[in-house]
Amino acid sequence: MPSEEYNSVEGGFGIVARRVIAYIVLIIITVLCLFWFYLLIVNSTRSHAELSRGFTLLPSGSLYKNFDNVIHGTQPILRGMLNSFIVAGCCALFSTYFSAMTAYAIHVYDFKLKKAIFTFILAVMMIPTQVTALGFIKLIGNLRLDDSFLPLIIPSIAAPATFYYMKQYMESALPHAIVEAARIDGSPEFRTFNEISLPIMKPAIAVQLIFTFVTNWNNYFTPALVLHSENKKTLPILIAALRSADFLKFDMGQVYVTIALSIFPVVIVYLFLSRYIVTGVAVGSVKG
Amino acid sequence: MAKEKKKTSQVVKYNKWGYIFLIPFIVVYLVFQMIPLFSTIYNSLFENYRQGLTQIGPNWVGLANFQKIFAGTGNDSMPTYFLNTMIMWIAGFVPQILLSLLLGAWFSDTRLRVKAAGFFKTVIYMPNLIMASAFAMLFFSLFSDAGPINSMLIQMGIISQPFKFLSHTVSARSLVAFMNCLMWFGNTTILLMAGMMGIDNSLFEAAQVDGATSTQVFFRITLPLLKPILIYVMITSLIGGLQMFDVPQILTNGEGNPMRTTMTMIMKLNKYLFSKDFGMAGAMSVILFIITGVLSVIVYKFSTKETDY
Repeated sequence: MPSEEYNSVEGGFGIVARRVIAYIVLIIITVLCLFWFYLLIVNSTRSHAELSRGFTLLPSGSLYKNFDNVIHGTQPILRGMLNSFIVAGCCALFSTYFSAMTAYAIHVYDFKLKKAIFTFILAVMMIPTQVTALGFIKLIGNLRLDDSFLPLIIPSIAAPATFYYMKQYMESALPHAIVEAARIDGSPEFRTFNEISLPIMKPAIAVQLIFTFVTNWNNYFTPALVLHSENKKTLPILIAALRSADFLKFDMGQVYVTIALSIFPVVIVYLFLSRYIVTGVAVGSVKG
Repeated sequence: MAKEKKKTSQVVKYNKWGYIFLIPFIVVYLVFQMIPLFSTIYNSLFENYRQGLTQIGPNWVGLANFQKIFAGTGNDSMPTYFLNTMIMWIAGFVPQILLSLLLGAWFSDTRLRVKAAGFFKTVIYMPNLIMASAFAMLFFSLFSDAGPINSMLIQMGIISQPFKFLSHTVSARSLVAFMNCLMWFGNTTILLMAGMMGIDNSLFEAAQVDGATSTQVFFRITLPLLKPILIYVMITSLIGGLQMFDVPQILTNGEGNPMRTTMTMIMKLNKYLFSKDFGMAGAMSVILFIITGVLSVIVYKFSTKETDY
């Protein structure tokens, strides 16, 4: 084994000591990452009276009571979760499907403006949405789309970053020969895309579905500008409303449960799919 | 000859589908990105705001909004907000990149063979997916005057009175920086690790045969070869940092307390938008657009150069 030979070059002790240091640091970092979530869980289970008594690491028994209070409280949290789910879910579907379609156009076909359009999409990839926010709210005001989910969902069709990921994936996973073969079999272009190319893209689609969903579930800036009526607000807007309310009058148990309801759906999904997600991040970064 | 001609027209016939498949993207992009962009730039040249109940403008004022945004009094000017944003970004980014380099080097070190690397990667990436506004609300509750962190510090005897984390510039900025670091170091670690894995293994083996220590290998081989990815990570993080909003907005309730020292550019833009001061909002957006535009060009140069080799 060559590796043992290398170990002896540096000396057995060196590698053991480094390994010990590495594990200690990693454990500290793990604690630093998880501590906040642990406190959140513990505090969600404690009543307001218990919370004001001080700090403890042991959970208590008021989780259900807090949860019940949140549901019957002044803020429409469940409605907010549903709204967030609708917006994020639609964005995820639209964004992945149409980004795959855009990437397919650039990947499979050869046309005059192809290079120009590809360069353009890459160039605008980094422009933040906040920069165009002013024009955006003026536009949706003119289109009478204010206070509606549509201006949050439809723009997700044009997602340069998702497009770029799909394009990268197609280069390695979708050979032109497959498209040619489908053509010879008489498959129309649109069907080739839907029924032959999309299934091949499944891994990339899954990764992008998750990422787009999470991004939009967490999005605060744009929804806060667009949505006004109480029963349309998404979770981040409700969290902000919680923050600007008179804090001293609040039942802290309810505050923690509200935060938990915003955070844990994503965490639970992540824990099931973490392996694919972490690999997905790495793949997206490695240039073509 | 006729056959050849037919074949060409077939290919051309297929290729028109390229345009058809591009229609949704182009239409949506033009309507929801391009038109708003031009409208934003156009609006930046007008005076257009509300004073009490009277609507002022829109009146053409040329570049006066830009002058106004740069002049500002005291803490209330664009340069201050830019500086605030940059200070908090740097304070979060420096520990973030150092931590990521260290962890990336450990995870990709074949001699170290870190066990349970999958578990650690899962843990460190998790904060990246958390709703930033909820995370900020959590930190606000935990670090509030009567919150768990203060009562923990008092119980441990470190302090005798609650420390007002959000009333001091340094602690408020540090909280924002710390949260940003916590939320992003996992992502950066995974990006850098992908870069480190891409380095030709024979280089490491050759160095080991020559008796190089791990430290030497890291500084002489890993780091120089990682330079393109490091620059990419830095500039994309800088662009993300300029958009810093959710965390300080929720943590300080949009006030940027204390004394606007945690007010970022996007927070100010948000304030202009909510108070319907469209001229100033436009000017702020245009400045942000120019800064991110320049940074994007640099990223684009780097990523295309990388694809070439």
